[in-house]
Amino acid sequence: MFEEVGTTTEGDLIINLGPQHPATHGVLHLVITLNGEIIKKVEPHLGYIHRSIEKMTESLSYRQFIYVTSRMDYLSAHINNHACALCVEKALQLEVPQRAQYIRVIMDELTRIASHELWWGAMAMDLGAFTPFFHAFREREKINEIMEETCGARLTMNYMVPGGVMVDLHPDFQKKVKAFIQQYKAKIHEYDELVTGNIIFQNRMKGIGYLSAEDAISYGCTGPVARGSGVASDIRKIAPYDVYDKVEFDEVLQTEGDSFARYMIRIQEMHQSIKIIGQLIDTIPDGNFQAKTKAVIKLPKGEFYQRVETARGELGVYIVSEGAAQPYRIKYRSPGFSNLSALDHMVRGHKIGDLIAAMGTLDLVIPDIDR
Amino acid sequence: MQALTNRAKEVDRRQMTFLESIYLWNIFKGMIVTFKHLFKKRPTIQYPEQQRTFSPVFRGLHVLNRDEEGRERCTACGLCAVACPAEAITMEAAERLPGEENLYREEKYAARYEINMLRCIFCGLCEEACPKDAIYLSETFAPANYNRRGFVYGKQDLLIPNPKTEAPELAKAKGIH
Repeated sequence: MFEEVGTTTEGDLIINLGPQHPATHGVLHLVITLNGEIIKKVEPHLGYIHRSIEKMTESLSYRQFIYVTSRMDYLSAHINNHACALCVEKALQLEVPQRAQYIRVIMDELTRIASHELWWGAMAMDLGAFTPFFHAFREREKINEIMEETCGARLTMNYMVPGGVMVDLHPDFQKKVKAFIQQYKAKIHEYDELVTGNIIFQNRMKGIGYLSAEDAISYGCTGPVARGSGVASDIRKIAPYDVYDKVEFDEVLQTEGDSFARYMIRIQEMHQSIKIIGQLIDTIPDGNFQAKTKAVIKLPKGEFYQRVETARGELGVYIVSEGAAQPYRIKYRSPGFSNLSALDHMVRGHKIGDLIAAMGTLDLVIPDIDR
Repeated sequence: MQALTNRAKEVDRRQMTFLESIYLWNIFKGMIVTFKHLFKKRPTIQYPEQQRTFSPVFRGLHVLNRDEEGRERCTACGLCAVACPAEAITMEAAERLPGEENLYREEKYAARYEINMLRCIFCGLCEEACPKDAIYLSETFAPANYNRRGFVYGKQDLLIPNPKTEAPELAKAKGIH
């Protein structure tokens, strides 16, 4: 199945990057065909962290299956849970209280910032810069503390239930979020000083890993990868869910399509997330945080689909229900898988060091790709 | 390509100034940012010595509650085991005998109650399902053990100290949290 390490008949070198390589952010296995230092082909091999989440879900109830998705894209666990909860609510035609919708969107955006922070630190570390990692984790820690206080956990939040959120907000929530926004605004300039404006960094990013808009669409890229190529693909704008249609924010677009464009998209998206949180945090309405649901949720017979914008792109949840308390079949459309498929196209002809840079800007989370 | 929604904003990519395009200046600037932090307040805490406080909703290791008279609350109804997505909870029910009223609150109690902490995903659904407020996720975390069997917590590991007979232990356990 796998090509062995060695040389091909044309004299090309085949090497394996991963599955235990620190630059692959997990157990991604890339089989790279090299001509000298020039990449001729990149072939991702998956399956090292396959846990058959979709099959597992078929034996779980509609309350339980939400929490398994925290283990898919663990950096935006809250948004994964949101997608599942929305899909169940759509099937039940359940009205979610305004308060719950506000809380969900604020939490989504906090998760998005936390995810982008970690991406920023990890990507800078791929390129050899170690300090940004600590700067990113300093801000991310604040979000984790806010999450922990209200949701009860730092990474696998499990805050969503069909019909709302599990518990009400912590009394200090608004105060802490505002303090975080203040800290973020005070510290974000350090990001640009350290990395963005750095000429060494820019030389490694600009013009590397070009992906045209047509290719981005044909590979099914979504999220910052597609928006870096100029494809408007923000689900929050295309099909707004919860209170996203009430807030004002920009869909960040770049048309260059290279690694630096994708980098800038994520940096700008963090600013937009702060903008969204700032609009909502003072106006969280009073009322219930959870709609009343039956103890055993049974979806009507049919097929239901809901998509959300995670930190990596479009996550789709597709439920086939036979009217039972468990889904008959469930399918997740994960953003990472399609984004990874464009990697081969992006890096052909580049040097092997550029592969690491381009892969860093794809923001791959392997459990999300493999499930 | 033209954005389909027409609501997108294109970000301008500003040209670098001469100062920014000098190689050494950028390294120096980065160093300034890094060295400034030598004189700032440390954002880290020294973990085993210092510990952060957690909010009441924190989902740590489970405990089984007693009521104020020291009787076990759990009635072994099995709702937590059904609610558990990871199937980490098992129990065996037994009937209360005459003379055991000071031990168990209701006629039925859990003779055996086991939580496999290696299976548990700490989602908190057991706590939500419990009608008797018997199971509760505490603020302790990071268990350690020498073998896998040791992570299957039985009743003796889960029950909180009896407030009547073991009041000092209970106070100590609460003080740690």
